[in-house]
Amino acid sequence: MSAVPASRAWPPEGLARVPYWIYQDEDIYAREQERIYRGDAWNFLGLEAELPEKGDFKTTFAGEMPVVATRDETGTIRCFENRCAHRGALLCLADRGNAKEIACVYHNWTYDLQGNLTSVAFRRGIQGQGGMARDVDPESQAPRKFRVEIFCGLMFATLSDETPPLERYIGPEVAARIRRVMKEPVKILGGYTQVLQSNWKLYFENVKDTYHASLLHLFFSTFRLNRLEQKGGVVVGGEGGSHVSYTMMRSNQAGDEYERAGMRSASGGYALEAPQMLESVDEIGDGVTLQILTVFPGFVLQQIMNSLAVRQVLPKGVGRTELVWTCFGYASDDAKMTELRMRQSNLVGPAGYISLEDGAATGFVQRGVQGAAVRASVVEMGGRGVESSESRVTETSVRGLWQQYRRHMGL
Amino acid sequence: MDAALQLTVENLIARYVHAIDDDRLEDWPGFFVEKGRYRITTAENFERGLPLSIIYADSRAMLADRVSALRHANIYEAQRYRHTVSSTLVERIDEHTASATSNFQVVRIMHTGESMLFASGRYLDRIFMSGDGDEPQFQERVVVIDSRSVDTLLAIPL
Repeated sequence: MSAVPASRAWPPEGLARVPYWIYQDEDIYAREQERIYRGDAWNFLGLEAELPEKGDFKTTFAGEMPVVATRDETGTIRCFENRCAHRGALLCLADRGNAKEIACVYHNWTYDLQGNLTSVAFRRGIQGQGGMARDVDPESQAPRKFRVEIFCGLMFATLSDETPPLERYIGPEVAARIRRVMKEPVKILGGYTQVLQSNWKLYFENVKDTYHASLLHLFFSTFRLNRLEQKGGVVVGGEGGSHVSYTMMRSNQAGDEYERAGMRSASGGYALEAPQMLESVDEIGDGVTLQILTVFPGFVLQQIMNSLAVRQVLPKGVGRTELVWTCFGYASDDAKMTELRMRQSNLVGPAGYISLEDGAATGFVQRGVQGAAVRASVVEMGGRGVESSESRVTETSVRGLWQQYRRHMGL
Repeated sequence: MDAALQLTVENLIARYVHAIDDDRLEDWPGFFVEKGRYRITTAENFERGLPLSIIYADSRAMLADRVSALRHANIYEAQRYRHTVSSTLVERIDEHTASATSNFQVVRIMHTGESMLFASGRYLDRIFMSGDGDEPQFQERVVVIDSRSVDTLLAIPL
């Protein structure tokens, strides 16, 4: 197990402080790979709808570890390491496809869709010459298999037997909020990747940070999509690393706290020429116009009006993260509903009126703390604890992230 | 080859990229007809027939909203683009309409001095040859970027 230097002790204030070395340290990063992504946490792999047919596969990652997710010949979702037992080459090179078996291109060792090594080319040699002795056990180096759980069409995988069952890991209140969005079969509308020049935790904190949303994102506050005085709340679940925040439909009697406080995000004089982009349908029927949900360490589910998406947060080094977006609608959508979702897709992704700013903000922190490894950020909005809250002027779900993170990391 | 048509279309595309690279974004919606469509998507979505776009607009008004958001609402660091566009394949569709396909590369220059190849791809255009002021305008411009990845953010249009 990689050691953490003694100088890397967590500040005595506990969850109310986050030391900046946590975003910078190579040893910490290596330990995260081992204790979180390859440890007792659930990795999000994608939507089950990405693998509709028997034999469908996709390649993705559990942290930095390459994995293959398949739907095997029995229709079961499987996940295994994308590494040949022989010399360690990637087994699957394609992003996705359909196959009966998987053959390593290097020496043609083949695997079934569950990740079992099924044949070694010329294992007994040719005409009695060469080959491998009978007592060699290449299966001992076979790709590692993950435990897979599907919840509401979302695929998760873990290498550890210690990881609690998925729904318990997520927590009942947050799980209920997943069911709310994943209420019926989905239709994939497409995807893209946003490359963030920051540590993965800065992005995961950003998604959980209900305090920033209406202050950074002028779009939210100007059009009263999300102001902190609007009705809503934040629920922290599981060991602290799951959360859901939500905002109720805007109302005309909404206050003017932002204007009175002189917030940049309420600077007036800004209106849309094509306001139909913000016309939405209350398709879930509960008046919640915005719901952002996370599951530690790398899953985000988004409902911004009628823009629905999952985001997979993948670490790519201490200072680099890939955010893999998959936008979806429901299989029952008609052409008009798809068109409405397409208009609202302008809010999200690398060019999203809201999300583009998150791409920049996490990088501002990564660069801002370059000379401040031993200093710490102040995370005391809404107190020092981890609890659900009706107010979103709080950082409770950010502290929840650190609570679960520190337990995994032994920090 | 219709040399006059070729020159007219190439001139439209040249004026478009120079307007963006010169930070005359307010001129950008005017390159489209009023109900013009503009979208940016990835080659992966495009080839799989998936409708998702990175930017999607179905009117000049939506393009104008992009520009005003960039000028007044959105937070991003100062940056510029430099487009390089290949020679263009032009085909006449009917008396008033032509289609055009060009390759492009966009270098993004940050205020810090960092330059990078930000995007490469294709412009797939349908052009109305007698738009406002009898100038050609885009009825549709589909920007298909080759990669599925975008670094940090895509604020300025391609």
